[in-house]
Amino acid sequence: MRSVLVANRGEIAVRIVRAAKELGLRTIQVYSAADADSLAVRLADEAVQIGPASARKSYLNIEAIVEAARSVGADAIHPGYGFLAENADFADAVMAAGIRFVGPSGSSIRLLGDKVAAREAAKNAGVPTVPGSDGRVTDVKAATRLAEDIGFPVMIKAAAGGGGRGIRIVHNADAFEGQFHQASAEAAAAFGDGGLYIEKVIEKARHIEVRILGDGTNFVHCFERECSLQRRRQKVWEEAPAFRLPREVRARLCASAVELARSVGYTGAGTVEYLYDDVTREFYFIEVNTRIQVEHPVTEMITGIDLVQEMLKIAADEPLSVRQEDIAISGHAIECRINAEDPFKDFQPWPGTIDRLGVPEDRNVRFDTMLFEGYTVPPFYDSLLGKLIVRGDTREECLSRLSEALAELEIGGIPTTVPLHRALARDPDVAAGNFHTRFLEKWLETGLAAERIGMEVAK
Amino acid sequence: MSKQEIRSQLPGVFYRKPAPDSPVYKNDGDSVGPDDVIGLVEVMKSFHEVKAGLTGKSIRFVAENEEPVMAGDVIAEVEA
Repeated sequence: MRSVLVANRGEIAVRIVRAAKELGLRTIQVYSAADADSLAVRLADEAVQIGPASARKSYLNIEAIVEAARSVGADAIHPGYGFLAENADFADAVMAAGIRFVGPSGSSIRLLGDKVAAREAAKNAGVPTVPGSDGRVTDVKAATRLAEDIGFPVMIKAAAGGGGRGIRIVHNADAFEGQFHQASAEAAAAFGDGGLYIEKVIEKARHIEVRILGDGTNFVHCFERECSLQRRRQKVWEEAPAFRLPREVRARLCASAVELARSVGYTGAGTVEYLYDDVTREFYFIEVNTRIQVEHPVTEMITGIDLVQEMLKIAADEPLSVRQEDIAISGHAIECRINAEDPFKDFQPWPGTIDRLGVPEDRNVRFDTMLFEGYTVPPFYDSLLGKLIVRGDTREECLSRLSEALAELEIGGIPTTVPLHRALARDPDVAAGNFHTRFLEKWLETGLAAERIGMEVAK
Repeated sequence: MSKQEIRSQLPGVFYRKPAPDSPVYKNDGDSVGPDDVIGLVEVMKSFHEVKAGLTGKSIRFVAENEEPVMAGDVIAEVEA
């Protein structure tokens, strides 16, 4: 394997191009008409335009991407995250063209991407799952009885959903039947599959996930991440490791993720997501992401493993370069997602031109981004501009270093979520780790007010 | 006859339908009122309604469905 084509855009494309270059691979970046001027295109050895601005006709166009890879003789395709990263048909099409897919096989993606099948696989591997239906439920009467047995509130989830989409919370039996029919119609429209399943709502749960690596024979974990700070089910701030996690719970949690990887013969990097109940110290499987994740750098910062390089080596049929006993947690890391959104205007997205970029320089600070001064952020894709990642020997040191880094980080020209992170970094509840998956939305009602006043005074 | 223009306030992708398999909000030749939704603009994966903002007898779309628009681009013309 001598070359890799990057089938993605934005900060992750930049990250993959850099990692591939460090391994001595020739890099090919595909791009849409809206991304001709992007940093990844500038950094890559070659670039191929695959279509117009619309993602459906470019970054989601399987035929165009495979054809581009053929035309430049790419040996492998890295899908990044989002777009086609978890599309089993894409993985199959890449393999069928005689090109390596940097990720698991199409059949693994298909198995783990189906919520119901993944839950079964988890159960079979001995991984605890959230109390709920055994697979899909079609009969509304049976579903209602089940919901009453589990106890309200319950979630109705689309079997083909994911990433926080296709989920409804129902609080009582009276509302259940109506919601069930609506959810089915909605799932059919959104995912082409009206299949549903039922799960108990774990109140005040934390979202904790375990990073796994597999080469088909050897399987390791790279410990866990804490991703409870979410808005509209999208992660906003991530940490590694999870704080206040008892040693014994961490051991069981990570071992269960490795067991699941082993049971399906996993190849590549993946993440097993769990809900963790702080009170009962129980954890429950939610889903598997069969790709690199946005928040992978926090794991890299505490383990020293370059996960993207590791993925590329696995795709080149090399065995895992790390053994479980070599992987240890060193310190604490936090990542803030910096989005082109105005936190003071209900997170209205805001494309536009970057007229000033100032990035803190410190060996404990990393800023993964596709920005440069003069770059125009296009309106056609998601709003992620970059990720500020900070490491400290302790969580306390990490938080204070994060505040300094956020004060230094300067992105001019468009509103960003930097002020949100500045306020979070000095919040006493965040410092104490008193949060769960529904903390942030409640906090936003009051927590940003002081930051806004401070900014107005500064003006 | 006087002609007025409906412009996009936002840059993004213009859609004439609420969902891919739904009918269009308005056909060429339809009349419009100020609060009528005539399309959506998707900006960074969030969808914003475009309202006519005026009254007219007949609308004619200039922007194509699912094509990029810039802020200030004309989406449709309306005959009073």
